[in-house]
This record gives sequence, C-alpha cells and structure tokens, in this order.
Amino acid sequence: MAEVIANVEVAPNIFRLKAAGAFSGRMGQFYMVRAWDRYPLLSRPLSIFDLNESGIEFLYQVTGEGTRLLSALRPGDELQLEGPFGNGFPEVQAGARIALVGGGIGIAPLHYALRNYRGSDVYLGFSQNPYLTENFEAATTGKVLVNVGGIVLEQVDFHAYDTIISCGPEPMLKAVQRKKLETKSEADVYVSLENRMACGIGACLVCSVKCLDKRRKACADGPVFLAEEVVFE
Amino acid sequence: MSDMTCSIAGVHFKNPIVMASGTFGFGREYGSLYDINRLGGICGKGLTLNPKEGNSGFRVYETPSGMLNSVGLENPGVTAFLREECEYWAGLNLARIANLGGNTLEDYVEGARLIEEDALLRKTSGKQAVDMIELNISCPNVKAGGLAYGIKTEIAREVVRKIRQATTLPLMIKLSPNAEDIVQMALMCQEEGADAVSLVNTFSAMKIDIHKRRSVFDNLYAGLSGPAIKPIALRMVHQVSKAVTIPVVGMGGIQSAEDILEYIMAGAAVVQVGTHNFVNLRAGADLIDELQILMEREKIESLDEIRGIV
Repeated sequence: MAEVIANVEVAPNIFRLKAAGAFSGRMGQFYMVRAWDRYPLLSRPLSIFDLNESGIEFLYQVTGEGTRLLSALRPGDELQLEGPFGNGFPEVQAGARIALVGGGIGIAPLHYALRNYRGSDVYLGFSQNPYLTENFEAATTGKVLVNVGGIVLEQVDFHAYDTIISCGPEPMLKAVQRKKLETKSEADVYVSLENRMACGIGACLVCSVKCLDKRRKACADGPVFLAEEVVFE
Repeated sequence: MSDMTCSIAGVHFKNPIVMASGTFGFGREYGSLYDINRLGGICGKGLTLNPKEGNSGFRVYETPSGMLNSVGLENPGVTAFLREECEYWAGLNLARIANLGGNTLEDYVEGARLIEEDALLRKTSGKQAVDMIELNISCPNVKAGGLAYGIKTEIAREVVRKIRQATTLPLMIKLSPNAEDIVQMALMCQEEGADAVSLVNTFSAMKIDIHKRRSVFDNLYAGLSGPAIKPIALRMVHQVSKAVTIPVVGMGGIQSAEDILEYIMAGAAVVQVGTHNFVNLRAGADLIDELQILMEREKIESLDEIRGIV
C-alpha cells in the first residue's frame, strides 16, 4: 500500500500520479497498479515516469474503467503497487549517442530514462495537446524536439545515433522497425511494447509477443525488445 | 488448528487450495513472491505434445466480474516441459499436477505416454516430479480437438479410455461447462477409470467491438472465468458430486475462504483457484491463512465434516 500524494490532470485525460514511499525500479520497468478492491479484476501495468527517495510517479491516459478509477484518486487515498517488473532499457556505454523517441502516453518511461541518459536527444510526438515537454527539457542536456499532429519519426536521423529507444502506439513502433531496416542504420534500436497483461510476472501468457525465434512475454522478457526481433502481427 | 488436509487417489494435499492450470505458469513466477510449498497443489500450464504458439490478437478482455481469455494453449510442449521444468517440480513439496491437452487422440495418448515414461524413470531415482495428470478435454480456445472433445460424452469417452490405458499415474479429467450434459460426462469419466474430475473450465463467451464491428478476439470466442461464473460453476460441482463416487475438484471464481467453503459444502474434495491469482499475486498464501481463520471461527475441525453437506 502506498499513499497518493498528487494526481493531476496535465492534459485532457492524461494524469500524473505520485505515491509516497521507498520504491525501486530501473528505467523502462513497470509496476502493476490498482486502487480498487476486486473490480475490475486486473491491475494496470504502468511504467515508471519518475522515481526518487520521496516516491514514485506514473503518467497514464484514461482509456477504460481501471484508469478512470485511478483518475479519481485524491491525495491521501491508497494505491496498491506490485513491482518493479520487466527488463527495462539497456545500459549503454559512456559517450553513446542516444535518441529517445516517444509517441503520446509512450513518453512516460522515457522521462525516467533521462536520469541515466542525460545527454540524449528526445523526440516527442503528440496527435494533439502536448504535455510535460518542459520536464523533458529540464531533464536532458541534449535537444528536445516536439511534433504535434505530424510524424515525429521523420525528424530522427537513424545514422546520427548509437542507440535509439522508442515507446508509443504500435503503428509508431512498426515504423521505427521499418526505418531501422530501410536505413540500414547500425544503431541498436529498441521498442518498448504496451501489451495487455493479466499477471505481469510471466505466468499467464496473455501479453505474449511474437518474435523472430519464438514467442516471448512482454511482461517478463520485455517490455523492451530489439526492434528487429519483434514480429508485429 | 483445523485440519485442512485431503487426499485424492493417494496424492496428499496439505490444504484444499490448488492453483489452476494456465494461471500459475509452472509455479516459478509465483515462487519468487511467496513460498508456494504452502499450497495444496499446482496444476501446470496446459501442455500439448508439440509446442503451441497460441492465438493471435487480444488475449484478454475484462467483463463485469470476470475475464475473457483467448491464450489458446501457448505452451512449450510435453518434451520441453519434462526437460526444463521437472527438476524444479521435483524439488517442490506439494501436489504437482501436469495438465495435458491435445488436438488429436494420438497427440493426447503420446503426451500421456511421455509423461508416464518420465514419471516412472524419476520414481526409480526418487525424484518424482508429477503426481497426477489433469486431462484437459475442455479448452474453448482451441479450434481442433479441445472443446469438441469436451462437449460430446461419447467422443470424450475414447480419449479418456485411451489415456487411462496409457498411464498409471492418478488421472483427473477437467470438464467443460459447455458439455451437453456435465453429469453424464463425469459419470463416463468414472466408468472409464478416472480417479477424479475437475470442473469447470471456462465458459465459451464473446465480446464485440462495435466500432470495428467484429469480435475483439481473432479466434471469435473466448473463455470466461472469474467471479461472474461462480454461481453456475458451484451448481455444476454440486450436481456432479451427487452423481459420482470419485472425488470432484471444484473451481470457478473463487476469491475468498468463504467461496472455498461453499465449494467444499457442495461436495468438492479440493478447489482450484485461477483468475484470482491475477487479482492478488499472493492469493495462494492469503487464502490459506484466511481459510484457517474462517474454519476456526466456524468451528469446523476438518473439511470432511462439511464436505457435500448441502
């Protein structure tokens, strides 16, 4: 159990939730979150937006009943958190040129990643209403490019980086994979998937991801995969 | 301390709480969260002779008080299970139940034969890993075999008979709520030498996306589980346990110690907990503690006192 400290709507249907307590987690990992007793049945997987000694933060979009209930939380309410789960983003060598590419609510884990990748360039794409871009500007010494209504990926030069990490809607991740292959970029390109999950720990196989060699689990083997490994269905 | 022990075909259960197939992997994942040796037993992920990829598209969708799944029996296959999981299982101190599915009669029989062969080998070396087979003739998410076997008693009879011949391990048959007559199905299993029946598997069900004007599942239908099915599953367990003399294992929507006692009073020997493992990752440990407290509060000294009392 953790106590909610803040739950603020930063854009229409986009909320930033902070809970107090001592939590651990590497960049790109997620927690299974619930703030209700038994219904809806399943917890919601939310990636870490920020983490420090005072607590943990999540950024989420209201898309259904679970996130609607989360959005109603007020300071002092209780939140149940299980985690951290998942493999998270890779460690990279010092001096590596890194691009973080986020689409919509997929920007959430990239923010926490900037604690490790302070010199990264950040590309943020929104269909409308950009949010928290100033937080990204404050968190990196690299450049931050924001695109609204267009295709942010067009602005990313895949030859200018050693590592590219992306998180966003599936069409965007597919495009990242395509661009990696088409440009024959030598960069290590990663995608962070957002699949439906039931358990979050690798037991139920609900979040199964088709990969070139075999099926893997988004929760336990991912959510971060090398872009060329994933077979988008 | 109230007595929670039970025995099915010589297999000992410390308590009536068994984790249902498909919700518990092969135990390792939950084993990192709590001591799963406290459990009565586990049913492993459903196995088929050959590895199976499972279904494409959405695999889960929530419903009021329930959950639809369309995993489609993704599993590593019997051989990989025996090679990769049995060492871990051999070290566990609880009832270990291998769940076996199939597409064809030949696949079922070959799967059972391989498990039998491995069990005999391990028994000789004192490292037994599988105590019982749960035969799944009732998965609604697999097109060939699967559900077809689970609906028609006379089609299922041949599978049960052939598996019974293929293994000396205690054999439990997992029944489908979609069966034409679940009591007849259970009686058939008993006639063919099954040691127990477990019921119920998920209900064949559906969810439509009205914007896309199609089912949300690539496989069209999916299996409904969770508290939504409990009253119906409980009735079926009651009906079957009145008709057969072999032990009945009850499952469907169990979320609390009260739910467990209901199933036992309806006649269940032990119960299986499935979907609730997703609601509470430590459900097994919590239910054991809650059941102990509830039995003492209700002055129930042993489960035998109340089994089938209704």
